[in-house]
Amino acid sequence: MIAEPVYGLMAEFENPTDLVHAAKAAYAAGYRKMDAYTPYPLEEASEAIGAHHNRVSLIVLIGAMLGMIGGYSLEYWVSAVNYPINVGGKPFHSWPAFIPVTFECAVLGAGLAAVFGMLALNGLPQPYHPVFNAPNFVRASRDRFFLCIESQDPKFSLAETKRFLDGFHPDEITEVPY
Amino acid sequence: MDGPDKLPPKGIRPPIIGPGQTFGTVTDRIAGIVLTKHTPIFWFIVVAIAASIFGMLNTAVAYLFARGTGIWGINIPVGWGFAIVNFVWWIGIGHAGTLISAILLLFKQTWRTSINRFAEAMTIFAVMQAGLFPLIHTGRPWLAAYWLFPYPNSMGVWPQFRSPLIWDVFAVSTYFTVSFLFWAIGLIPDFASMRDSAKTLVVRRIYGMLAMGWRGSARHWNRYETAYMLLAGLATPLVLSVHSVVSFDFAVSVVPGWHTTFFPPYFVAGAIYSGFAMVLILAIPFRYLYGMQDFITLRHLQNCGKLMLATGMIVAYAYMLEMFIGWYSNDKYELAMVSNRLHGPYSHFYWMLVACNIVIPQVLWFNKVRSTPWMLFCVALVVNSGMWLERFVIVVMSLQRDYLPSSWGMYWFTKWDVMIFVGTMGFFTMLFFIFIRLMPAISIFEMRTLLPQAKVKE
Repeated sequence: MIAEPVYGLMAEFENPTDLVHAAKAAYAAGYRKMDAYTPYPLEEASEAIGAHHNRVSLIVLIGAMLGMIGGYSLEYWVSAVNYPINVGGKPFHSWPAFIPVTFECAVLGAGLAAVFGMLALNGLPQPYHPVFNAPNFVRASRDRFFLCIESQDPKFSLAETKRFLDGFHPDEITEVPY
Repeated sequence: MDGPDKLPPKGIRPPIIGPGQTFGTVTDRIAGIVLTKHTPIFWFIVVAIAASIFGMLNTAVAYLFARGTGIWGINIPVGWGFAIVNFVWWIGIGHAGTLISAILLLFKQTWRTSINRFAEAMTIFAVMQAGLFPLIHTGRPWLAAYWLFPYPNSMGVWPQFRSPLIWDVFAVSTYFTVSFLFWAIGLIPDFASMRDSAKTLVVRRIYGMLAMGWRGSARHWNRYETAYMLLAGLATPLVLSVHSVVSFDFAVSVVPGWHTTFFPPYFVAGAIYSGFAMVLILAIPFRYLYGMQDFITLRHLQNCGKLMLATGMIVAYAYMLEMFIGWYSNDKYELAMVSNRLHGPYSHFYWMLVACNIVIPQVLWFNKVRSTPWMLFCVALVVNSGMWLERFVIVVMSLQRDYLPSSWGMYWFTKWDVMIFVGTMGFFTMLFFIFIRLMPAISIFEMRTLLPQAKVKE
C-alpha cells in the first residue's frame, strides 16, 4: 500500500522547554531536515535544529559597500566631471564635503539589504506552505511550539519517526499533508 | 485585570508587564484593539477633529501654491521662518522613536518593548510632517525635484553637494526609509498573529498578505533577528547623523548664534528631549483610553520621565555654553547676539524657552511627578512648547540681527503660518489614530518574550 505523500510529522508542545529538548534530541538522533515553529524568536530553538549561522550579515555588508561607493561616485561625477562649478575656489573634488552623503547612502544600502536580504533568504513572500495544513498550526503565531520533522530527511520513516517523537510526550502528533 | 495605577511600596519599582499575563492574553489584548468590530466612540471624535484640521492644512497649502510664499511672514533678513522652525521641531520629535527602537534594543533595555512600535510609528509620521516643510517652503514644490534630488534633468543642472542643505535631503530621506523598514519588519510576525486570530475571511486575507506567509520558523527567526539587530546598529549612528546634519544647515553658515561647533550634540540632545515628551503625550492617553495599563506600566512612564530629565539637563548645559562662549569670545557680534537674546525685541521668547525647557522640567526630580500620568503629561506639553520656542529663537533671533544694523529687521508670522503649523499637528494625530485602529500598536511577539514562561528552563 502506498501512503498519501506527507510533508512531515508535526509535534505540538505547550512550552519552549519541551520543544528545545525534543529538537536537540532529534538533531542528536541524526535528523537534519526539520524545523521548529515558535510564536517569538527563540534562540535555543534555532541552535537546537542546527541553524547557527546565516548570510544576512554578508548581504548587509555588500549593501553598505554598494551604497557607499554609489553615493561617493555620484558626488564625484556630478561635482568634478559633469557639472564642475567653482565655489569660493574650493577644489572640484572636495572630498570632506562628500562624506555626509556617502555615509547616508551606505546606511540606506545596508538597511535595504538587511530587510530584502532577510526576506529573500527566508523565501518570503510565500503564499502557500504545507505546514499551514497542520490542524492546530494557527497557534504557532500565538502560544504553541511546534517541531516538524520533514519527510525529505533520509532518516525519516512514518512509523519510526512517530515513535521517536512520541517519546517526548507532545500534546499531539499530526501528519502534515502536502 | 487593569485597575487604576497603583504605586508599589517604597523601594520597589513597578513591573514592566502586569501580573497574570499569558501568551494568549497578550495576543488577544493587543490584537483585540484592531480585530474588534466596535470602534470606540472617542476614536471617531478624535479622527474627525484631526481630519478637519488636516483639511485646514490642505486649504492653506493650496493657497500657498496659488499665491507663493509671500502669504507667510518671511522677509529679508528673516528668510527662514515657521517652515524651518517646524521642520526642525518635527524631525527632532521623530528621534525618540529611533532611540527607543534601536539604541535601547542594543543596550538590552527590555522595558522598551511595549512602547517601541508606536514610538516608531510616531517617528514615521513626524518625519512626514517634517518633510512637508522643505517641500512647501520652496513655494513651487513641482520644481523642487531638481533642486533637491540628483537626477538627469533636461537642463543638465545638478545639486551642489558641498552644501549642508543637500546633505539634509539625503539624511532625512534615508532616515525616513530606514525608520519605515524597521517598523515594517517588526510588523511582519505580528501580521501573522493577526492573520491567525482574525475571525472573518476578508480580514484574514488582508493580514495574510501583509504577513507574506510568515510561519514562525526557527530558521526564519534566526535570520530575522540578525537583520533586526543589524538595522538597530545602523539606525543608531543614522539617528545621530540626521540631527547633526540638520544642525549643519545652521552651523556651516557665518551668522552669529549659528556658527558654533557644539550645534550637533546640542541638536541631538534637544531632539531626544522633545521626542520623549511626544512619546509621553501619545502613550498616556493611549494607555488610558484603551486600558493598556498592564502593558505600558508606570515603569515606562517613569523611565521616559528620567530620560527627559537627563536630556533636558544636556540642553540646559548647551544654553549656558551658548551664552558663555558668546561672552568668552569677546567678539562684538557674538556679544550683540547674547544681549539680543537676553534683552532684544524677542527676549520674552527666550525667557519663555528657559522657563519651559530648564525651570519647569526640574519637577521631574520628584518621584511623585514621574509616577503621576497627568503631571507627566503636563510637563511633556510644556517641554514640547519649549523645544518649539528653542527652534524659533535659533532661527529668527539670529537672522533678524546679523552684522549690519542697517539690514536688521523683524519677523511676525501670519495666519497662514499658523494654519500650516497647526494643520500638521492634525495630520499627525489623524495618521496616528488610523494606525492604532489598523495595526497592532504594541509589538505582540516582543511582548511574549517578556513573559516568564517564555524562557527555556534547563
